[in-house]
Amino acid sequence: MSVLITRRGLVTGLGFTVIAGGTAGLIVSPSFRQLVLGTGEQLSYQTHRLLGRNALAPEFTEAQMSPDFRTNGNTMPASGEYQSHIDSGFANWQLQVDGLVTTPQSFSLAALKAMPARTQITRHDCVEGWSAIGKWTGVPLAALLDQVTLQPAARYIVLHCADDFSGTAYYESIDLVDAFHPQTILAFAMNDQSLSVGHGAPLRLRVERQLGYKQAKYIMRIEAVASLADIGAGAGGFWEDQIGYEWYAGI
Amino acid sequence: MSNAEPLPMTETTLPRGGDVVERHRLSTRMWHWTNVVTFVIMLMSGLMIFNAHPRLYWGNYGANPDYSWLQIGAQDDTGYLRIGSVSIETTGVLGRWTDAGGEVRNRAFPWWATIPQSYNLALARRWHLTFAWVFAVGLFAYLIRSLVNRHLQRDLLPTRDQVRPAHIWSDIKHHARLQFPTGEAARRYNVLQKFAYLSVLIVLIPGMILTGLTMSPNLNASLFWLLDLFGGRPSARSLHFIFATGLVLFILVHLLMVILAGPINELRSMITGRYRLPQEKN
Repeated sequence: MSVLITRRGLVTGLGFTVIAGGTAGLIVSPSFRQLVLGTGEQLSYQTHRLLGRNALAPEFTEAQMSPDFRTNGNTMPASGEYQSHIDSGFANWQLQVDGLVTTPQSFSLAALKAMPARTQITRHDCVEGWSAIGKWTGVPLAALLDQVTLQPAARYIVLHCADDFSGTAYYESIDLVDAFHPQTILAFAMNDQSLSVGHGAPLRLRVERQLGYKQAKYIMRIEAVASLADIGAGAGGFWEDQIGYEWYAGI
Repeated sequence: MSNAEPLPMTETTLPRGGDVVERHRLSTRMWHWTNVVTFVIMLMSGLMIFNAHPRLYWGNYGANPDYSWLQIGAQDDTGYLRIGSVSIETTGVLGRWTDAGGEVRNRAFPWWATIPQSYNLALARRWHLTFAWVFAVGLFAYLIRSLVNRHLQRDLLPTRDQVRPAHIWSDIKHHARLQFPTGEAARRYNVLQKFAYLSVLIVLIPGMILTGLTMSPNLNASLFWLLDLFGGRPSARSLHFIFATGLVLFILVHLLMVILAGPINELRSMITGRYRLPQEKN
C-alpha cells in the first residue's frame, strides 16, 4: 500500500498532535504550565473591560442583607501606631494621598466624613467562596483623586494598610477604571455604624466588582503609580505576591 | 490507514454488521478529546476550590454564620458529608483523610481528587479559570459547527418515532438487558443516547459555564441577568456543583457503556472516525 497523506489524515493528525502535545507539555514542562496558567487572568481581565467598564455591581435592599457579616483576614492590626489610633478614636489619624499626583494631601477622618458620601448595599465575595451582603457608606475614591489630580503617567492606585502578616504590611492595587468607578468608595461606615476594627476601621476600600482580598482594610496611604513593578514583589498586592492570587480578581 | 475502506452512506447500499462506516466527524472527535483533558482539569481544580469553603448555600448571600444545605467537614476524628439534616460518615474519603505522605488532613476532597494535590487555592483557581476558556470556547465552537453541519438536527435530535412512549420504554428494556443495537440500526444513536448527549450538550455543560460566569462579581455587573436567572451567587455556586455531579454521573455511565459495547471499536471510532457495525444476531 502506498503512503498516501490525505487532507483528512493531515487535519486529524494535526488536531491530535495539538491536544496530546499540549497535555504532555502541561505535565512535563513547568515553564509551559506557568505560561498557560497566566493566560486565563489576562483573557478575563481584557474581556471584562470590553464588556463594561462602568457597569454597576448589583445593589440590594436592607431586607436582603446578611444577618451576620463575618470578618476575614486580619481583624486587629498589631502595630503600636494603630493601637494608639484606636485609643484616641482615630482623632489624629490621617490618610495620606501621594505618588504621581499634582498636589499630595492628607485627610483627617473628619474631613473625609465631611465630603459628599455614597451609601450602597452590596455583596462581598470572598475568594474562598462565601458571600455576605452589607451596607457601606464612604467617600468615592474618584472624588479624592480629583482633589489631588493624577499626573498623566499614573496607571494604578495602590493602597497601603496598617495591618501586617508576619511583619509585611498589607497592600493592594487597582487600575484606574476601578478607581474612578462610581461604586468604588473609601468606606468609613458599615450597616449604619462606624466601621468596626474587625471590618477595617477607620477606612477600607470597597471595589465592588472584585473579590474580598482587593477590599483593603485599615488604609493609611493611597499612592498613584505608573507601574506595579516596584510595589512589594511586583504582582500588585500582598496575596498576589505571597501565594499567587490573581491581581485581577473579577472572578 | 485502515485496511477496510468506509462505505459511502447512500440510500441504496445499506451497510450491514461487520461493515466499517463513518461514525464521528472530525469536529466531534476533536471536541471529545479536548474535553477529556479539559474536564479532568476543571473537575479536579474545582474540587480544590470547593475545599477552600466546603459549604453550599441558596440565595443571595451565604457564609459561615448562615445555613448551608450541604457541608463536608470533620468533627473530632470523623469526616462527614451533611446534606440538609442528614449526615453520613465519610472518614478516609471526605472531610478527613490521609494524604500521600501519610499525614491526616481535615479537608473536604482528598488529595487524589484535586489539582494540585496539596491545598493551594491560588493555583487551583489559575487552572480552573484558564481552562474554563478552553471549555467554553470549545462548547461554543462545537455547537456552531454542529448546527451548520446539521449534526445536531440530524444525529442528536430524537425523531418523532423515537419519542413515542412505547419506543422509549422498549429502549429502556433493551438497555436494562444490556442488548445493544446491531447492524444497520447501530449507525444511529438510540433515543436514550440522544437524551443523554443532548442533556450534556444543551443543559449540563452550558449550565456549568453560565453558573460559573454568575460567580464572577464583575460579570454580575455587566451581565446582570445572570443573577436573576440563577437566584443569586451562592445559588449559582450550588448549581455549579450539582451540574458537575451530573456530568460526573454521565461520564461514569458513558465509560460503562463504551466498555460493554466494545471498547476497541468505540475508541477507534472516536479517534479515526471509523466504526465497525456490530454483527446482527440471528
